[in-house]
Amino acid sequence: MANNKNDVIISLRDIFVEFDGEVILNHINLDIKDKEFLTILGPSGCGKTTTLRIIGGFLEPEQGTVTFEGEKINGLPPYKRNVNTVFQKYSLFPHLNVFDNIAFGMKIKKLPKNEIKRRVKEMLAIVDLKGYEKRSVSKLSGGQQQRVAIARALVCDPKVLLLDEPLGALDLKLRKNMQWELKQIQQKTNTAFVYVTHDQEEALTMSDTVVVMNNGVIEQIGAPADVYNEPVNAFVADFIGEANILNGTMLDDCRVKILGEELECVDKGFGQNTPVDIVIRPEDIEVVKPEEAKLVGEVTEVVFKGVHYEMTVMCKGCEWIIHSTECSPVGSKIGMKIIPFNIQIMNKMFLAEKNTFYAEVISASEEENKITVKVEDSEFDIENYYFETGSTLEISLPPRALSIAGDGVGHIDDVYIESVIFKGEHNEIILESDEQKWLMQSDVDEQVATYVPLKFDFTQAEIKLKEGANET
Amino acid sequence: MKKLTKLYTALIIVFMYMPIVTLILFSFNNGKTTVWKGFTLRWYTDLFRDSQIISSLWNTLLVAFLASIFATILGTMAAIGINNFKGKKKIFIQNASNIEILTPDIVTGVALMLMFTMLGTAFHFKMGFVTVLLSHITFCTPYVVLNVLPRIRHMDYSVYEAALDLGCNPWQAFRKVVIHELMPGMVSGFLMSFTFSMDDFVITYFTRGSAFQTLSIQIYSMTHQRISPKINALSALLFAAILILMLIVNIKDRKVEKQQAQRV
Repeated sequence: MANNKNDVIISLRDIFVEFDGEVILNHINLDIKDKEFLTILGPSGCGKTTTLRIIGGFLEPEQGTVTFEGEKINGLPPYKRNVNTVFQKYSLFPHLNVFDNIAFGMKIKKLPKNEIKRRVKEMLAIVDLKGYEKRSVSKLSGGQQQRVAIARALVCDPKVLLLDEPLGALDLKLRKNMQWELKQIQQKTNTAFVYVTHDQEEALTMSDTVVVMNNGVIEQIGAPADVYNEPVNAFVADFIGEANILNGTMLDDCRVKILGEELECVDKGFGQNTPVDIVIRPEDIEVVKPEEAKLVGEVTEVVFKGVHYEMTVMCKGCEWIIHSTECSPVGSKIGMKIIPFNIQIMNKMFLAEKNTFYAEVISASEEENKITVKVEDSEFDIENYYFETGSTLEISLPPRALSIAGDGVGHIDDVYIESVIFKGEHNEIILESDEQKWLMQSDVDEQVATYVPLKFDFTQAEIKLKEGANET
Repeated sequence: MKKLTKLYTALIIVFMYMPIVTLILFSFNNGKTTVWKGFTLRWYTDLFRDSQIISSLWNTLLVAFLASIFATILGTMAAIGINNFKGKKKIFIQNASNIEILTPDIVTGVALMLMFTMLGTAFHFKMGFVTVLLSHITFCTPYVVLNVLPRIRHMDYSVYEAALDLGCNPWQAFRKVVIHELMPGMVSGFLMSFTFSMDDFVITYFTRGSAFQTLSIQIYSMTHQRISPKINALSALLFAAILILMLIVNIKDRKVEKQQAQRV
């Protein structure tokens, strides 16, 4: 069995998809192994459903190959692929009853009647709908319809079952039940499941492998525990579970500086004095007396969550969240002790500390000491600077100089919010425009995966002529 | 106030149906004038003994049936095609189909006559059953499009994808799944076509040639000769037939609406 698990059934290589000039999947690679429960997790619009449709054969990638058991299946229509799909809205055939819905695929394949009957019966037992053969599908509850949809797909004996947010339409309690049932069904049928969801809890509870996607790329692939404990970057850390994500500096191997305090950690290989992101899970912080820890804070809020208390602690201007079974009252000073193993160091998602870009001067007035520059087809007025018309400038803006504009003056339109991460004192937002990515700091919460107008405050800018620009 | 609205509604109904009620009433009149001389079923029995009228009835039903079948097939295909177009093309083609509905019958009739005469001289055929059938298909098809298009638009596209996923090729998916989703629209379109085809006089008049008779033509030519109460009986039957068809359409639509409400 253990060996079988490593057999790759489907692999996607260098898949690239674009709709109307917008990149949906940006050269992704993914292997699906036999009998595994693989979950593709990500916010809406990250490309997870598109990935599923490519595997199902409903969408052809512009570039890249899809292989099934080593054979290239690009261009093969859905009805010739040995995979089946459970659709988001179940998509049962309303004119057929439960039996005929489940038997549909086998009837198309012209299997003998006896066999069809037997297999439908078996399948109904697996999805816990014994005796429902004659019912009309429109009279079933959401959970039952869902199970019919799963039975209808599984009865075709696919190598891989694709599930597109199948529990999205169910209420919370039913969803929890179905999560457990799905896992049971997967184990009973020994089929590989590829499960798409935006619910991180669902992903962690059910999967053997979690694939975290954002903005058309795969951020991380790993076992649920690995992705939770060792996220590769702040996006993954933030998306999966609760986390304190902070800026820090890696002084040297195993030495990290957080909020001015030097702490011991276990990560190596980040170089010296490198800016990094740090994630510390709320349950990994031990509450001790103030004199026993380097990091000391004041409790500002306590919420009882049943199993633990969730405490908000202010420490050197940063907000921390701590989960502890013991309650420290609001206003008390506490020490926060973190063992080195629980400090997870990650490379920064945005490598530079400032936004640097080039802009062309399209008009200039020496008397008024004012220029107009063009950045990605948008025009901006900059005061108190003068450069000749036609020259190219190198502009550098700190993250604070960027803002999301509500009005119509001087901004870049339709900038995509790739991630919003709370860094204890402010949000760090990464945006993507047509030509580049931007780093922004904001006290306001923004919605990930939306399009916004981006505005600049040029009074905080450093502006100079682009080197070597005069030659061209 | 309530009584007033009721009275008003009653008046409208009387105004609308008075002529037809009169017609039905006199179809049972035992006399040839508009003076009531007692009840009789004589005109109805006469009607069914009149071989000319019976053959016209068969012609009408045959044309209506065949035209509705062809119009339903063509219209459904057209609706699927229109739905797959995008943007301006879609609006253009949809309107092109609707204009046919809005064109006055007399214009359509004359145009068809002209075309058939022209083609007739070129390819040596005379107008008759076939030209009437073709004309009826022409004016019925847009009604089918009109009925099927909304069904396609509201259809869950993933049902089609689910069929492909379960091993159907596109044609099988259409036959086994999509057609069931479109069926209510197709049936409405069929019944509407049937009614309009039976109902039609103008277009048939222009495209029938010299020998081919349908009921509406028959009635018209009977008024030319000598006014016989058989006309009343025939018209009453025609009205009843169309009324029944319309009732079927309405009841069916109501059922479909109920089903959809349940599904939501």
